[in-house]
Amino acid sequence: MTDEGVRDGGGYIAGMRTGLPFALVVFVVAISFGVLARSLGWGVLAPIAFSVTTFSVAAQFAVAAVMGAGGGVFLAIVAAVLLNARFLPMGVAVGPFLKGGHLRRALEGQTIITTSWALAIRGGGRFDRAFMIGATVPQYVAWVAGTVVGVLAPVVGAGGFEGLGLDAIFPAFFLAMLIQDLRSGQKRKIAAIAIAAILTTALVPIAPPGIPVLAACGAALLGLKGGSS
Amino acid sequence: MSSLWIAIVAVALASAAFKAAGPILGGGRELPPRMIAVMALLTPALLTALVVTGTFGEGGHMALDERALGVGVAAVALALRAPVLLAVVLAALVTALVRLLG
Repeated sequence: MTDEGVRDGGGYIAGMRTGLPFALVVFVVAISFGVLARSLGWGVLAPIAFSVTTFSVAAQFAVAAVMGAGGGVFLAIVAAVLLNARFLPMGVAVGPFLKGGHLRRALEGQTIITTSWALAIRGGGRFDRAFMIGATVPQYVAWVAGTVVGVLAPVVGAGGFEGLGLDAIFPAFFLAMLIQDLRSGQKRKIAAIAIAAILTTALVPIAPPGIPVLAACGAALLGLKGGSS
Repeated sequence: MSSLWIAIVAVALASAAFKAAGPILGGGRELPPRMIAVMALLTPALLTALVVTGTFGEGGHMALDERALGVGVAAVALALRAPVLLAVVLAALVTALVRLLG
């Protein structure tokens, strides 16, 4: 127990350290979310409450995109829920490495975010629980703080969000995570990426928002094919 | 309650539920190797979809605009091992500049 405690303590700190540069990026992305929300007429409190309670870059941008494009609240919720459905399989994968009973596992599961989850992968299906929790803490603080800065920043006209190129930040951020994930490359990953890209491109014009992203997850079923590569 | 607040409460609850359900379902047992192989591919597949929709998606159709240039420059920077923060700022800067000039 003591041994494990010491190792965990080191894991939290190592995770926080690794999470810090990501927190800076998250801070910038959060500012862009705050500016976007403000330009959509969301006021000050709602975007901040959204970031405090949801803490999901993809889901929050999806709600903003759907409602900003004039989509109904139901469509916005569906898009965000579909995007966040990824936390279910991610949680199943990390589950065996979390601690305690159902309640504590459920609480520790709240620290699952895409970056920290990916950073905590230790190969062979193993996860570093303390590292993941540690990496999430600075990113959460940055997400909330950045949103506050974004909504309070003077909005440069209604076109402020696009005028500042802030809409390119979110895809560039996910591209960075994708490239990081690819550094532990394998042929099957490249194939999954190609399939996901084709599926998404084909579905965007014909499916409701959120569906293309969820359908792209189907590319992961390549993993069912035998072999170990 | 406005529709915005309904969306915020619903999405917050759904996110918390997803994050809670996985660890409870997956707790206490090792996953079969095939399941793990699928998990390993889930992240790149998801990230790819988010990059594609974020770069080219434009309210229900695909568009090639300034964002593609910005994200493209970020991709080159990342390939040259630039820090993530620099790549992300470059993406915004290039996109804004091209819009300004275009």
